[in-house]
Amino acid sequence: MNRLNKIFINTVIHSFLIFVGLICIFPLLWMLASALKTQQTVFKDMSLLVNSPCWSNFYIAWTKGNFSMYFFNSVLYALSVVFGIVFISSLAAYAFSRLKFPGKNFIFYMFLAAMMIPLPGSFVPLYVLLVKLGLANTRTGYIFSMINVGLALSIYLLKTFFDKLPRDLEDSARIDGCGRLRIWWNVALPMAKPAIAVVTIFNTLNVWNEYILALIILQSKSIMPLQKGLMVFQGAHFTEYPVLMAGITITIIPIVFIYLFMQKFIIKGLTAEVLLG
Amino acid sequence: MKKGTREFTNFLFVLPALIIFSVFYIYPFFKVFNLSMHSWNGIDPTMKFVGFAHFKEVIFDDKAWWSSMAQAGYITLWALTFQNFLALLLALACDRAIRAGSVYRVIFFLPPILSEIVVGLVWKWIYNGDFGLLNHWLSMVGLGYLARDWLSDSSTALTAIALVHCWKGFGWAFIILLAGLQTIPRQLYEAATVDGADALKRFTNVTVPMMIPVFVLVVILTILGTMQGFALILAMTRGGPAGHTEVPVIRILFSMIKYRRFGYACCQALIFGFILVCISFMLNRVSKFFKQA
Repeated sequence: MNRLNKIFINTVIHSFLIFVGLICIFPLLWMLASALKTQQTVFKDMSLLVNSPCWSNFYIAWTKGNFSMYFFNSVLYALSVVFGIVFISSLAAYAFSRLKFPGKNFIFYMFLAAMMIPLPGSFVPLYVLLVKLGLANTRTGYIFSMINVGLALSIYLLKTFFDKLPRDLEDSARIDGCGRLRIWWNVALPMAKPAIAVVTIFNTLNVWNEYILALIILQSKSIMPLQKGLMVFQGAHFTEYPVLMAGITITIIPIVFIYLFMQKFIIKGLTAEVLLG
Repeated sequence: MKKGTREFTNFLFVLPALIIFSVFYIYPFFKVFNLSMHSWNGIDPTMKFVGFAHFKEVIFDDKAWWSSMAQAGYITLWALTFQNFLALLLALACDRAIRAGSVYRVIFFLPPILSEIVVGLVWKWIYNGDFGLLNHWLSMVGLGYLARDWLSDSSTALTAIALVHCWKGFGWAFIILLAGLQTIPRQLYEAATVDGADALKRFTNVTVPMMIPVFVLVVILTILGTMQGFALILAMTRGGPAGHTEVPVIRILFSMIKYRRFGYACCQALIFGFILVCISFMLNRVSKFFKQA
């Protein structure tokens, strides 16, 4: 009786979990199915499994829909922003953790405070600033604004990681005559690989999914990332659902792959963000 | 090397971060206060000082602003109740060390890693009035009379958006709640079982008290996150029909790019930021009260 009871409860729990899981995945399957239908069948054929998949939508999105351009831009932004964040934040985090200089605590708490004060609408003065600097509608302006977005959390993550690392290796490197910059590069950074991985993956996701700054800063099609490209495309061709869905699929494929292989790092980044909030 | 020089070169390590932060964060932060007191269209070389006139207008005359606030509050209520309750149920189910638990975790966390634009556009297609999947299914099960253009109908648009928001957000709450559940020592449960507590008693006397800090955290983050959300709505309705799905950040954005009132947009941003700071301050007090109890 007890065993039967347990099996019954487990079945109920699993069916509930599977049901919610299906609701999670279903819209994505529907997106994929719609991307494989033609402009004629997409409005009549409501099946999830497409009989004769029409792969040309992906080709149309990639070429005529300009998604190759948007894709290239997104990759460029993700690479340069993440490189900038890792470089700048690991330098700063190392100094906050190991080196002495005046105003150290004050500056560090300033970064912390920046993460905790909600700043809705900060895009208005940011845009005004970029216009003044001549950086509105430029890749540089967008890249620097995005580096700023990820900086504080990354510094915090790396600093707490450095704090926990033993100092023995660094001490012996110092005795061997290494300067601080070389110790940072040759000793501290290699040891901080796990934390750098979290910072890299988490910021890659953030940059890839970012929309509002791209909307405000970038007006020329040739420098837009995918998220803004999607909105521009759906504004201009709002009835071409198969091509739009193909464009969305192109947009999420890299993210889904990164997620499936690196989910450990994403969840670590998320928990760090949550604990600070 | 002298101590002074050494400390100066140490300071060079944080200099790049400090420069970017000062230019792109601190300067805009203070610029908001300045801009909010000026009337400016973003182009003219000069702006007109208007003092607190914008604040007066937002607080007393801007009905659309306050209804956008109420609409964001409505979505937040859905997220607080429906989304977080579902997340808690799922976290409790997965915490029972069932088989394949990690597979569920991977699936539930898939919507949160997608961008709001992607999620919004896919659901917009599902909600579509003429060719959408939802209406198709309704007519298939004989509920065709319920079919409508969900996002153009002012009586359903906001709830439709709130549900998509919950769809995207519950996996996030689930991960945090599950992490919290897993920090509860197993011995507590075992001890309670030995003392004769049934599953319900174990939940109310062990799980709930241990989880209160996590619950408070999830509530705070849900409120702050949902009130400031907007990209999903831009992708689904752009605030329509007739402003029925506008939220504060969309109002700020429209003040800036549609009406070209930069000063007014900054004033709205300031008032909204002040409200959010007040809310999180109040919630922090509440959580301190719970911790003492």
